[in-house]
Amino acid sequence: MTINQSGWRPEMGVSNDEPVATYTGNRALMLEEALIFEIGTTDTTGVDIAPAPKVASRLGGLDRNTGIGLPGLSEPETVRHYTRLSRQNYAIDLGLFPLGSCTMKHNPRLNEKVARMAGFADVHPLQPQETVQGALAVIQELAVWLIELTGMYGVAMAPKAGAHGELCGILCIKAALEARGEDRPVILVPESAHGTNPATAAFAGFRVENIPATAEGRVDLAALKARLGPDVAGVMITNPNTCGLFERDMKAISDAVHAAGGYVYCDGANFNAIVGRVRPGDLGIDAMHINLHKTFSTPHGGGGPGSGPVVLSEALAPFGPIPFVSLMKDGTYKLVEEESAGELHPQTFGRMAAFHGQIGMFTRALSYILSHGADGLRQVAEDAVLNANYILRSLEDVLEAPFAASGPCMHEALFSDNGLAEGFSTLDIAKGLIDEGFHPMTVYFPLVVHGAMLVEPTETESKATLDQFIGALRSVARRARQGDAALKSAPRFAPRHRLDETLAARKPVLVWKEAELAQAAE
Amino acid sequence: MRYLPLTDTDRHSMLATIGAKSIDDLFVDVPAEARLSAPIAGLPNHASEMAVERHFSNLARQNMAASHHPFFLGAGAYKHHVPATVDHIIQRGEFLTSYTPYQPEIAQGTLQMLFEFQTQVARMFGCDVANASMYDGSTACWEAISMAGRVTKRKKAVLSSGLHPHYVSVAKTMAHFTGDTLDTALPSLAAVTDADRLLAAIDDETSCVVVQYPDILGRIADLGEIAAKAHAHGALLIAVVTEPVALGAIRSPGEMGADIVVGEGQSIGVGLQFGGPYVGLFACKEKFARQMPGRLCGETVDATGKRGFVLTLSTREQHIRREKATSNICTNAGLCALAFSIHMTLLGERGLRDLAALNHANAVRAAERLSAVRGVTLLNDSFFNEFTLKLSKPARPVVHALAAQGILGGVSLGRLFPDASELENGLVIAVTETVTEDDIEALAAALQEALA
Amino acid sequence: MTRFFTDEHEWIDVDGSSATVGITDYAQGQLGDIVFVETPDAGKSLTKGGDAAVVESVKAASDVYAPVSGTVTEGNPALADDPALVNSDPEGEGWFFKLTLADPSELDCLMDADAYKAFVAGL
Repeated sequence: MTINQSGWRPEMGVSNDEPVATYTGNRALMLEEALIFEIGTTDTTGVDIAPAPKVASRLGGLDRNTGIGLPGLSEPETVRHYTRLSRQNYAIDLGLFPLGSCTMKHNPRLNEKVARMAGFADVHPLQPQETVQGALAVIQELAVWLIELTGMYGVAMAPKAGAHGELCGILCIKAALEARGEDRPVILVPESAHGTNPATAAFAGFRVENIPATAEGRVDLAALKARLGPDVAGVMITNPNTCGLFERDMKAISDAVHAAGGYVYCDGANFNAIVGRVRPGDLGIDAMHINLHKTFSTPHGGGGPGSGPVVLSEALAPFGPIPFVSLMKDGTYKLVEEESAGELHPQTFGRMAAFHGQIGMFTRALSYILSHGADGLRQVAEDAVLNANYILRSLEDVLEAPFAASGPCMHEALFSDNGLAEGFSTLDIAKGLIDEGFHPMTVYFPLVVHGAMLVEPTETESKATLDQFIGALRSVARRARQGDAALKSAPRFAPRHRLDETLAARKPVLVWKEAELAQAAE
Repeated sequence: MRYLPLTDTDRHSMLATIGAKSIDDLFVDVPAEARLSAPIAGLPNHASEMAVERHFSNLARQNMAASHHPFFLGAGAYKHHVPATVDHIIQRGEFLTSYTPYQPEIAQGTLQMLFEFQTQVARMFGCDVANASMYDGSTACWEAISMAGRVTKRKKAVLSSGLHPHYVSVAKTMAHFTGDTLDTALPSLAAVTDADRLLAAIDDETSCVVVQYPDILGRIADLGEIAAKAHAHGALLIAVVTEPVALGAIRSPGEMGADIVVGEGQSIGVGLQFGGPYVGLFACKEKFARQMPGRLCGETVDATGKRGFVLTLSTREQHIRREKATSNICTNAGLCALAFSIHMTLLGERGLRDLAALNHANAVRAAERLSAVRGVTLLNDSFFNEFTLKLSKPARPVVHALAAQGILGGVSLGRLFPDASELENGLVIAVTETVTEDDIEALAAALQEALA
Repeated sequence: MTRFFTDEHEWIDVDGSSATVGITDYAQGQLGDIVFVETPDAGKSLTKGGDAAVVESVKAASDVYAPVSGTVTEGNPALADDPALVNSDPEGEGWFFKLTLADPSELDCLMDADAYKAFVAGL
C-alpha cells in the first residue's frame, strides 16, 4: 500500500484546565450557545406575516400533511443566537489571518455598500436586458480590468469559485483539442500543486502525471521538456508557486508546452504577489483563474461564496463558456446565451451554471479595483511581497525555511517542521498560535515540504502586527523545539479545546436528532 | 491609500531588516522582459471612496430594481422579503471576514451554524442528511447526477422536461466531458407534467431520473410512482427544488421517495443579485452520505468533553483526494448558507407555512384575475406560487412592452426556450408575498392592452 | 496456513487456493486513526500490484494494493461499523478482504515474517 502521510494526524493532547466554576458554563464574555433545535419551537416565529386570504387550494392534492421539524425564534432571540455564535469565530476583522494561498486581506466595507445598491442587489437575472444595462456594464468593466491586469485576450466571468474556474480552463483546453481532432490524454501537474488541480484534470477525463521539482522548489524544466509529447494536453502551473516562489522559467515552460502542441493552465491563486508588476499573459499562459475572494478582496464569508473568472489566451477564448457580456456596436450591452451562441460564439464548450455569474462578487471586486487603481494595485503586490519577506527573514533562525537560501520569496513564506523536538509537530505550533491570539498559518500544504507551514500576511497588515506575530511565532516555535509539554494541550483559551476529528469521521453525525430518536438508533 | 497600513518609514525599515536595497530586489526572480516598470497604462489610478460610490450609483440607476416596480419574475430566482435582521447579522465581521473552518477551535460559530443549516435543509427536503451547501442549484443538480452514476455504476440519466433549461444546459455541458448520456426533452404546453415519458424511459441502464418540483412551468406532481419504478430498476430519483418556500405548503420530495434532493436556496435569505451568488442545497438518504460532494459539518466532542463541531469526511474532497476526488467543488456558499439559515430560524415552521400559504393565495388570486384578461389562458391545474399563462401572441415581445411601461411581467418561454417556437406564447408568472393587488391590476391592465 | 508480506505493507494469509489480505501493524501505526475502509466488492477481479482497497485516516486516503491476482470473495463487513479494528487488530480481526488466487506462483516473490521484519527495521 502507499502510506499517505500527507495530512496531519489529529492529536487530542491533554487538557490541563481547571473545571469551569460558573453555573451557566459561561466565562464572562465567552458565552456558550445551544442549537436552535434545543431553544426554538415549531410554533415560534420572528417574522410577522399577513394572514393569507382564503382560496381554493391549487396544490394538486399534494398539500403538506406532516410536520417539518423546523424551530423558530423571535427576533431578539435570533439576534442573540447568531451574535453569540459569531463571537466564537476568528476573523480578519479581529486580527492577522496568515493563511498561505488564501490571501486573507482586509475586506473593505465600501464593497458591501456598493453591492447592496438596489440597482445591483434587487434585479432578477432574467429581466429584459434593456432594464439591466448598468449591471451588464459592471460585468464588462470588471472583465476589461482583469484582461488588462493579466495581459490576456479574453475572460470567462461565469465560474462560481476558484475550483470552478479551474474546471472552466481545463474544459476550454479539452474543447480546443476536440476541435483540433486530437486526443491527448495526459495533463502534467507539479507535486506541489493544490489538490484541486489534479482533481479537476481527472474530472475532465485526463490522466494526471507529476512534474518533479528542483531542489530550489521550482518546476524542473528539463524533466518537463523530456516528458512533453503528442499525448500531453498541457500543464497546470501555479505561479508564484505553492512554495511562495516565482517560477523563473515560466516563459520557457510555456514555449516548450506550446511547441509540443499543448496548453498552459495557470492557477492564479497567488496573483496577489504580482498584480500590477507582472502580466501572466506576457509569460505565455493560455488560461488562468483569478480568485476574486483572494486578490480582489471579496469577503471569505466563513467559506464562500467565491468567484473565479478565467482569463483566456486568443487560442482558448473561442471555447469559453456562455453566457458572457458583449459590448455591441450601438453601445448597448448584450448577454450572449445559448440563443446567440450559434452565431456569436459557436465553439463554446457550453454553460457552467445557471444565470450569469457571481454579480454580487463582481460589484465588490470592481469597487476594490477602482479604489486602488493601477498604481494602488501595484503597491498591493509590493507590500504583500515585502511583508512576506520580512516574516521570512525574521523567522529563519528559529524555523527551517527550505528555500530561504535560494533567494527572496514572493507573497508567502514557507517553513518546515525540521528541528522540532521528538513528538512535536506543526500541528502543535498551529494550536499554540491560537492561544497567542492568531489564526494559524496554512499547515501541511504544500505536500512537498514536511510539516509545511505557509505564511501569507498580505499587504493590509501593519508593521506592528507583523512584529507581534513574529514574536508570537518565535515563542511558540521555541517551545516546540524545546518540547514544552504544555503545547500539547493548546489551544487552552479558545472556545473549544482540540476536537475529536477521528470520532467525527468514524461516526458521522451530520444532523441534529431528538434525544429519544438518537437513543433508539444506537 | 486607505487600505495599505505600511508607511514609507516602515518600508525602509523592513527592507533594511531583509537586507534588500529596494523592493525591486525582491522581484529579482521575475525575468526582465516580464517586469512592468510602471503601473499599467490606460488604467485609471486610485480613487476616493466617494468617487467610487458615485460611479456605481450611476450604473445602479440604469437598472430597474424589483422593489420599485410591479414584479412577477421567477424561473429559478424569486423575490421574497428578507427581514432586516438577516443582512445585519451576515455583515458582522466575525461572519463576513472569517474563513473556512479548518481550525475548528476558533470557528465554532461557523461550524455550529453549518450544522443547524444542514439539519434545516435535510428536514425541509425530507431527507436524512444534507451538506454545507454548493455553489447553486444548477451545479448541485449536476453533482447529484454524477453521484447517482457513482452509486449505480451506470451512465444514463433521464431528465424531466420540466427541469429548468439552464440546469439542463449545465448537465449537457458536463455530460459531454464525462461520457454520461442524458435523455432530455422540451416541455409541452400541457397542464400535466411528463411523468408518463419518465416512467416509460426508466430501465435497467438508468442511473437516475431527475424531476423538478414544482417544475419550470410551475406544475406540481406526485413523485411516488416515479420513485417506485426507479427503485424497481435499481435507479435513483433526484428531485430538484428551485423554490424551497414551496415546501412550506407541499409534501417534501424525500417523503415521496426521492434518494437525492437538490435545490436553489436563493429564495430564503439571499436576494436576487442579478443571478449570483446563490446557494445550492444538497440532501440525500443516510446510506449515500459518504458519496455526497461538498463540505460536511459533523458533531463531535473536544478534549474536555464539550460538544463541538468540525468539518468531517474530508477525504472525499478535492484538496485531499486530488486526482481520485469525486467532485469538483472545493468550497461552499458560506455566507449565503448563513443568510438562509438565519431567515429560516426567524421564520420557523410556523412562519414558513404562513409564508407559503400567503404565496399560494396571492398566486391563486393572480391566476384568476389574469386568466380573465382577453387573450390569456391559464395552463396549470396545479401550482404553488408560479404558473404559466398562454397568451394569444408570442410572449417575449409582450414582456419587453411591459418593461417599457415599468412592469416586470414574468419570464417568457421564448427567453427560456428560444428554439421552441411551439412554446413562444407561454409566459411564466411568479407571485410571492411581495406582490400587491395593485401590482396584479397593473399587470392585468397592461396585458389587456398588449394583447388587444 | 502461511502468511506472506509485501514491501507495500500488506499481509496475505494463504489457505489452499483462498487467501485473506490486510495491512500490517507497522502500516496502521504510520497511518494513525483509521476512520473508514473501502473494501472491494465480491466478484471483483484484482491484479497483483493493482488497486484493491482504500484506507482513510482523518486527513488522508491511502491506497492498498492486491498482493496477488485473484477474485474477491468478500470484504470484511466488520470494518463498516468499526474501522478502528484496523488500528487495534490489523493482523487479525482488522482484515480487509478475502479472495481466491488466480496464480499461486505469485506468492513466491513475497516476503515471509522474518524477511518483512528485517525490511521494516531498515526503513
